[in-house]
Amino acid sequence: MKLITISGPPSSGKTAVIMKVIESLKQRNIKVGVVKFDCLLTDDDLLFKRHDIPVLKGLSGALCPDHYFVSNIEKCFNWGKEEGLDILISESAGLCNRCSPHIKDITAVCVIDNLSGLNTPKKIGPMLKSADIVIITKGDIVSQAEREVFAAKVRQVNPTAKILHVNGLTGQGAYEFTLLLMDSEDVETLEGKSLRFSMPSALCSYCLGETRIGEKYQVGNVRKMDV
Amino acid sequence: MNIEKMKLREIFEKQPVAKDFFDSIGIEIIDDNLTLNEYVEKVDEEKLEDLGLSKDFILENFKEFLSNLSDIESNQLQQVKSITIIGGYNKLGEKENIEIEIKAGEIISIVGPTGSGKSRLLADIEWMAQGDTPTKRKILLNGEVPDKDLRFSSEFKLVAQLSQNMNFVIDLSVREFLLLHAESRFVQNKEEIVERVIEKANQLAGESFTGETPLTSLSGGQSRALMIADTAILSKSPIILIDEIENAGIDRKKALNLLVEEQKIVLMATHDPILALMGDKRFVISHGGIVKILETTEEEKKLLSKLEELDRTLLEYRNRLRFGERLS
Ligand SMILES: Nc1ncnc2c1ncn2[C@@H]1O[C@H](COP(=O)(O)OP(=O)(O)OP(=O)(O)O)[C@@H](O)[C@H]1O
Ligand SMILES: Nc1nc2c(ncn2[C@@H]2O[C@H](COP(=O)(O)OP(=O)(O)O)[C@@H](O)[C@H]2O)c(=O)[nH]1
Ligand SMILES: [Mg+2]
Ligand SMILES: [Mg+2]
Ligand SMILES: [Zn+2]
Ligand SMILES: [Zn+2]
Repeated sequence: MKLITISGPPSSGKTAVIMKVIESLKQRNIKVGVVKFDCLLTDDDLLFKRHDIPVLKGLSGALCPDHYFVSNIEKCFNWGKEEGLDILISESAGLCNRCSPHIKDITAVCVIDNLSGLNTPKKIGPMLKSADIVIITKGDIVSQAEREVFAAKVRQVNPTAKILHVNGLTGQGAYEFTLLLMDSEDVETLEGKSLRFSMPSALCSYCLGETRIGEKYQVGNVRKMDV
Repeated sequence: MNIEKMKLREIFEKQPVAKDFFDSIGIEIIDDNLTLNEYVEKVDEEKLEDLGLSKDFILENFKEFLSNLSDIESNQLQQVKSITIIGGYNKLGEKENIEIEIKAGEIISIVGPTGSGKSRLLADIEWMAQGDTPTKRKILLNGEVPDKDLRFSSEFKLVAQLSQNMNFVIDLSVREFLLLHAESRFVQNKEEIVERVIEKANQLAGESFTGETPLTSLSGGQSRALMIADTAILSKSPIILIDEIENAGIDRKKALNLLVEEQKIVLMATHDPILALMGDKRFVISHGGIVKILETTEEEKKLLSKLEELDRTLLEYRNRLRFGERLS
């Protein structure tokens, strides 16, 4: 089975692109399932179910969804194998710009949209910078010039990725994207694999549930601004 | 250049934009009198951790960034004098018996009913299909099979697209934005080119605008005029795909002429007979295959003049309606 990790800012078009990709793969009798990771709420799983796509949902609640992802992906991977999938796609909303679900030797995709602003590529961390494939969406509503400038900004922060334009509504570019996905290696097990990038340790008192403000409540990894 | 041995300062002297790389990943260069390796060794680990970067990432990506820049400079990628479409199979599995060359400066209209495969044909061209799409078509550039890596090169985008739904969304003035576009393409004499784009756009647009006009306050016609002028002059893509151009606030004939002057290959998917007849040829698509290639005849060109006349009459009525007149 192939595993593909897809991440990207909220509403960048991840689900829309995944749907188009699956439509295209289904026509070639390739069986695809999805694991959806989010924080508090998602309806994406219902959409996948409605299209008879095997789906798992994981809500991380108060945890950073990417931390939650790492602790659970192996289980999900094994589920995918039991379901007899050819490809398992994980969708995670990049809510924490510093963390990223990308795993070494597993095809890593970042979805980002043309409307998000020219400075956005700079602000996104390893989720974009360490991706193998960057999908740019919503090219149908901005000018050619803006698409070119935006792609150049993406290229600047990730000079090695393959950059593809996919329209989440019409599916333009989705077929081409699947050709790239089919090139990724089949994987037997995730055991022993490691993340592309360490996730920052969230270990201040507030991570542990502290709510009161003031020096005396602060322990652990606390950093202070120069004011 | 051998960047391993060069000091950063020397690299920046040769390639001033190389500095942008460090800026975009959030690393300040304090001492440029070091080689890349020496520099990376000195970057604070904690800072790297915060930014989600590693030393290897910086080393590898900076080299790739420089190599992308030198691809742009070598310019060899950009000269597309022709594309060739080699037929595949239609949706019924029948052979599509064609091999057509389209040359720079030609305008091709693409016509056919809904669902017939117009968008697929345009997508095949954009992807430089090599028998690996549902149509099994093959696309050649300058008569040769293109290098597969070109598909993902951001420096070489074969196709630029213009469509009815596109808008400018960036909050900048016309001039500021065009300069940004010029910079992202690393063009020389950018000020000059930007002024030329503004001048040409004004020749296409019904109402004039200046470099100071905010992009987002341009009218529909002005936006389309600017998009076409920008694509003709600033975009390096040799092929322009047009999905209809509405006949309001813009001189479509002049717009197409500008693209032809700039030696673009223009492909238009349209149902508008005026636009379709402005093409040199039209491809007729049915059941997923090209079934006919019609050259625009002299007779059709005469008809075009008549249709344009009709169009002007219609436009006049529209304007009179707007100003509250009685029509007769
Ligand atoms: N030769 C072919 N073989 C197999 N499938 C094809 C072929 N040509 C087109 N198709 C498929 O047919 C569908 C409709 O084609 P397409 O979207 O290109 O039509 P269109 O002419 O652009 O329609 P519209 O006018 O509605 O935009 C697409 O899914 C496309 O991939
Ligand atoms: N115009 C346009 N809208 C898109 C495109 N891709 C996605 N969308 C829309 O953007 C919104 C968010 O998309 P969704 O897939 O839910 O984003 P996600 O949060 O990243 O999964 C939806 O309303 C989509 O229909 C695109 O390419 N063009
Ligand atoms: Mg989603
Ligand atoms: Mg279409
Ligand atoms: Zn996090
Ligand atoms: Zn904390």
